[in-house]
Amino acid sequence: MAAAPAVDQMPSETQDEQAGREQFDRLISEDSRIEPRDWMPEAYRKTLARQISQHAHSEIIGMQPEANWISRAPSLKRKAILMAKVQDEAGHGLYLYSAAETLGTPRDKMTEDLIAGKARYSSIFNYPAVTWADMGAIGWLVDGAAIANQVPLCRASYGPYGRAMVRICKEESFHQRQGFEILLELANGTPAQKEMAQDAVNRWYAPSLMMFGPPDDDSPNSKQSMAWNIKRFSNDELRSRFVGMMVEQVKVLGLTLPDDEIRFNEDTQQWEHAPLDWDEFKEVLAGRGPCNAQRMERRREAHEDGAWVREAAAAYADKQALEAATQQKAA
Amino acid sequence: MSESNASATRIIPGNALRPEDIAAADLKPSTDIAEYALRLGDDSLLLAQRLGWWISRAPELEEDVALGNIALDLIGHARSFLSYAGHGLDKTEDDLAYFRREPEFRCAHLFVQPNGDFARTIARQLLVSHYQFELYSRLLKSTDPTLAAIAAKAVKEVDYHRDHSSQWVLRLALGTDESRRRMIAGLKLTWPYVEELFVDDQLLDTLGDAAVRPSTLRASFDSLITALLTEAELEVPDVPAAIGGGRSGKHSEHLGYLLAEMQVLAREHPGATW
Repeated sequence: MAAAPAVDQMPSETQDEQAGREQFDRLISEDSRIEPRDWMPEAYRKTLARQISQHAHSEIIGMQPEANWISRAPSLKRKAILMAKVQDEAGHGLYLYSAAETLGTPRDKMTEDLIAGKARYSSIFNYPAVTWADMGAIGWLVDGAAIANQVPLCRASYGPYGRAMVRICKEESFHQRQGFEILLELANGTPAQKEMAQDAVNRWYAPSLMMFGPPDDDSPNSKQSMAWNIKRFSNDELRSRFVGMMVEQVKVLGLTLPDDEIRFNEDTQQWEHAPLDWDEFKEVLAGRGPCNAQRMERRREAHEDGAWVREAAAAYADKQALEAATQQKAA
Repeated sequence: MSESNASATRIIPGNALRPEDIAAADLKPSTDIAEYALRLGDDSLLLAQRLGWWISRAPELEEDVALGNIALDLIGHARSFLSYAGHGLDKTEDDLAYFRREPEFRCAHLFVQPNGDFARTIARQLLVSHYQFELYSRLLKSTDPTLAAIAAKAVKEVDYHRDHSSQWVLRLALGTDESRRRMIAGLKLTWPYVEELFVDDQLLDTLGDAAVRPSTLRASFDSLITALLTEAELEVPDVPAAIGGGRSGKHSEHLGYLLAEMQVLAREHPGATW
């Protein structure tokens, strides 16, 4: 955990704070990394703690729609791949909670905030995964959007976050490929399979575009995050880049995107798409999506049902430590 | 399987063997060997199906990862055994997993027991992992090179499963009063299905040194389990053994539900590839 500065070593707190701020500003201007023990503005710490914990929560809640298909995966190979993928997401949650802990908030507290409804997670996971093709669409579109968002985060100014993202992005690119492969197989399969694939792409397309966050003129925190080198590109820039990639890849799949307004604007050099339903986005964010209550209930249930196990592990560790100390004393 | 996916791995013990390698290899096990491989494959498949439920529901994220990992290992073993059995039965691993009916499955009852709470799952893991470790340690010396090769890979993984379950039994048994109560209850619910694992039948007589006679594993299984239970200050539950029959297709009420869920999508689209 990031320790507060050791007070007894600091004759003048303000002087120290000033030196810290100078160092912080210098590191940011050099596009270098801030590490847990470095001085950082409180707002920087809070912004990162919020962003990293939301990201961690998204990985953990995001396990649920895919875990929903582990038991029914239609081949053993697909079952194994899906299990490995959902397991990766638990691993991503772990790296990210660890990165967030370096900012001073313990994992337990973050989990409690999540299940108390005080913390957010990516609203896309409040949509249901109702068919097998959703495993393909989630991998291709949702993980694809996540990668477009996360690759620039590998260069985020906060060291532990950037380093966690490097590893996560490597695994995410596997995830996206497996999603694409699921859709490709379905699109080249029976008419029913192809229909299932198109239906899933239709349902996940717009929510995946909304994963980049509100339009730039409605994204109040973006400017500061960009100044701090946490965020490197604006929401709309990333969204446009993503649309450009998908519009090519969907041709290989032999499917279509449910958007007939996609075009490349030569003047702005940006991909454009049909307007998104930001009212729906806000509704889902506010807790009124199809699965918000279900996702939270599952998380709460797992946490509460597991309390006795965590208590047992802690009690056993205490007993072992006590025993070891007693033996050492006797020896 | 396409050539580009085929690995150059030869089926000998010690090589990292993939199910795809077995499926692609030119193998012709006898019907008896295939039947034996079905038993081992079905055990692992159905337990993996059970364990997969915990992913996103475990008491700690570390356990989502650990139980997921164990389930993945088991799916890998199941795929290898079923691919091998498939060579003898003219079926693929997926034909065998998704298109057999309940009485055609060959798993023992222990592997399909409900997850219950975490302690009951751990009790099942304790018994399964110790049984499978003893089994694969001996199957390494099978006169059938494919069975020996699958066992060589599986035994290393199952050794970790054994470590995982043993550590949890100690934590739960010696942790709090509540966890101890649950561990005792979980063990008691699971113990009746131990006996079936060690029953020899005619197939084993036919297979000779290609297979492992289950009865020969009992003594070492008992001594390891007893030692661990003693360390955990637990007793071997005093409960009668259940009549098994899984190896000849006589199953509990649990299997039907597991298969219904596992097979539903594949059966909705017969002939489709995924």
